[in-house]
Amino acid sequence: MIESENITSDKIWELLESVNDPEVPVLSVVDLGIIRDVKTNNDEIEITITPTYSGCPAMDAIRMNIRMALLQEGYKKINIMTTLSPAWTTDWMSNTGKEKLKAFGIAPPTAKQQVCHTELFHGGEAIQCPRCNSYNTRLISQFGSTACKALYACHDCREPFDYFKCH
Amino acid sequence: MNELINYTLHLADNSLILGHRNSEWTGHGPVLEQDIAISNIALDLIGQARNFYQYAALLINQSTNQPATEDTLAYLRDANEFKNCLLVELTNGDWAKTILRQLFFSAYQYFLYQQLQNSKDEAIAAIAEKSLKEVTYHLRWSSEWVIRLGDGTDESHARMMKAVDELWVYKDEMFEAAGYELTAASEGYGVDVTLLKNDWTKKIKAVFDEAMIPFPADEKTGVRWFGKEGKHSEHLGYILAELQFLQRAYPNSDW
Repeated sequence: MIESENITSDKIWELLESVNDPEVPVLSVVDLGIIRDVKTNNDEIEITITPTYSGCPAMDAIRMNIRMALLQEGYKKINIMTTLSPAWTTDWMSNTGKEKLKAFGIAPPTAKQQVCHTELFHGGEAIQCPRCNSYNTRLISQFGSTACKALYACHDCREPFDYFKCH
Repeated sequence: MNELINYTLHLADNSLILGHRNSEWTGHGPVLEQDIAISNIALDLIGQARNFYQYAALLINQSTNQPATEDTLAYLRDANEFKNCLLVELTNGDWAKTILRQLFFSAYQYFLYQQLQNSKDEAIAAIAEKSLKEVTYHLRWSSEWVIRLGDGTDESHARMMKAVDELWVYKDEMFEAAGYELTAASEGYGVDVTLLKNDWTKKIKAVFDEAMIPFPADEKTGVRWFGKEGKHSEHLGYILAELQFLQRAYPNSDW
């Protein structure tokens, strides 16, 4: 059991760095930007998270993983809340997170104002291939293996890849 | 309070039923990438429905002593209690009909959620703000596909024309306010749907122009639908039979 005076939100944030997203396991929930707030009050911990997409099926698993990680370290009174507003954006993803994504073979989201628009058949979007760094790539589909990704292909190295789409 | 609950359920039902329809394509899409796309859209819609159902359940639990959860609302109400418009419950038909229906509905949701973000009700505003980002992708995707098919081969064009024929009479229901929508608009937590029609028509016309689809003369068809007030086509019953089977056969089952 952890003494209540030793519980600080900094320590909780640090612990949360070890909880990974179940669908993109190289990213921690902190990298992803879905932890919106951590509050501590004596031995009580309140964590506020926000979903990436409304239908993200990983949210329940994420909630459970956070709880498990804290329980393992001896924290008992854990309250996990969900908030929808302000809505999650890829701009909240950490730079470390973006680097980890690229190393994992997923193109990280570009800055939101650059590519998030409603124009049809958007031509100007330059997404860099995470393998060969070429910008000579093309969109295959706006929707990929999870809600947060789009499918691309590289004209130079000929490999298909996932793009963590801006949101 | 009752009208707020009805309004929230209406928003939830529209998303759930179309999400369910789209999910019928999973494993049956014309190509793998588009199978994944329509399944993702189904997931977004069902996620939005969950958010609205959770809020409706909260309101119901505050105001009555008949406890509700998102699951009881989705799985244990009968067809005449569902408040979705008929457009979303129609059968999928071919790919042309499915994506044209998606375009009609996504364009509607896009303009609706834009305004609902300013709802006086914080929970509804938050769900709208969140959902709008997803709907933006749905709208772009369905617009592009309608253009591809409309301006594609003779066969794809003919199928798109047939889809327009089939769906056109169902669009108006989205812009004819049910009683709870009138209350919602006048109390500031909802949107006057009659005012969305102009923007919607402009958007659809722009897509149709690109798609080489003549824009139908928007005359009164003389048909009115009352799905939003619980009067549904035969199709909803079949959807619910599949959607609700498990909870009705094995009450309170969980996974």
